[in-house]
Amino acid sequence: MKQSMAIEITVGLFVAAGMAALFVLAMKVSNLSTSSSGESYIITAAFENIGGLKVRSPVTVSGVRVGRVDAISYDFDTFEAVVQLRIDIMYDSFPEDTTASIYTAGLLGEQYIALEPGGSEDNLQPGDRIQLTQSALVLEQMIGQFLYNTATSEDK
Amino acid sequence: MILDPLQQLGRAGISFFERLGRGNMFLLQTIAGVPALLWRPGLVIKQMYSVGVLTLLIILVSGLFVGMVLGLQGYNTLSDFGAEESLGVAVALALVRELGPVVTALLFAGRAGSALTAEIGLMKATEQLSGMEMMAVDPMRRVVAPRFLAGFLSMPLLAAIFSAVGVYGGFFVGVGLLGVDEGAYWSQMQASVDLHDDIYNGVIKSIVFGFVAAWIAVFEGYDTVPTSEGVSRATTRTVVHTALAVLGLDFVLTALMFGD
Repeated sequence: MKQSMAIEITVGLFVAAGMAALFVLAMKVSNLSTSSSGESYIITAAFENIGGLKVRSPVTVSGVRVGRVDAISYDFDTFEAVVQLRIDIMYDSFPEDTTASIYTAGLLGEQYIALEPGGSEDNLQPGDRIQLTQSALVLEQMIGQFLYNTATSEDK
Repeated sequence: MILDPLQQLGRAGISFFERLGRGNMFLLQTIAGVPALLWRPGLVIKQMYSVGVLTLLIILVSGLFVGMVLGLQGYNTLSDFGAEESLGVAVALALVRELGPVVTALLFAGRAGSALTAEIGLMKATEQLSGMEMMAVDPMRRVVAPRFLAGFLSMPLLAAIFSAVGVYGGFFVGVGLLGVDEGAYWSQMQASVDLHDDIYNGVIKSIVFGFVAAWIAVFEGYDTVPTSEGVSRATTRTVVHTALAVLGLDFVLTALMFGD
């Protein structure tokens, strides 16, 4: 009787250790602790070129992460990429003339959307579209332009 | 004369499929015996002790050392690019996605699976299983089902422990020995490891591996030739087949989960 109780206790400890390990993986290793509580709203923004932006890429304001990219689609009426941004409900008062730009974190890092609030009195409502956007910088285009400019300046 | 090799090939093929069919029928019978264990949880707990708790030590030690090696190797490669801060991401992703489930399953086959096969095989060789049948005790329910369930339940827990310990092993080496920033180790990890894509998929992998490893172990034991040589062969087959099945399935699961 005593021995079987000891076995049951060690098995209980084993199961508890396994659960604790899963908990550690979820809370300490994964993004569960940093991800939002679920309450959020969506605004959209249209870009000429989104470069390497992906679904789940971060959305930041002054470097503070406020949400993430929810979906990316292409609009055939305007020939632009339409990006849905899912913003945490606690950041709900961006001015209407907020600018959305696509930047790269570091030289080779992932791309993210940076919002820069404007000065308007009215706030963006859920479902609104950000009017002022700045596309991603495509390295090849920049190099191409640079070469073209140096070539034309040498001609003069 | 000419047809002899062909006949041998055919015989090998038929016996292979025969065995596969037996294995599947056996699995169905085992699973049918599992619900009855709800009334006798003591049987499962006893098996979880020998399958899970006694495997814990090797899992803890291997997890720690695998994590430490990942920390060292990852640091050497990442420091070439000046990206030492990503060490946490490299260690955590490698462990959670691949090494945790796979290495745990391999160790589990060696430590627990072989023991299960030998135990059931010897029970058969010494006619204990027939004895049970004579007493109207179904050995599938009394012997096989508890061992299968215990292995199936223990594997995901062991894999989770392996991964968690490994992350701390990488932490000791990376942050403690090599001087990676502690905050960067954890924050980069949390930024890149996704709960659904990485952790859940790793857990799903370990559940599948646990199912397969436990199935192979009890089937090889039950299907053994009842001699001492037969038991030793069955034990070897358990380890080899489990390793092959786990590595093959790992490729398929990885392609399905992370292949896009």
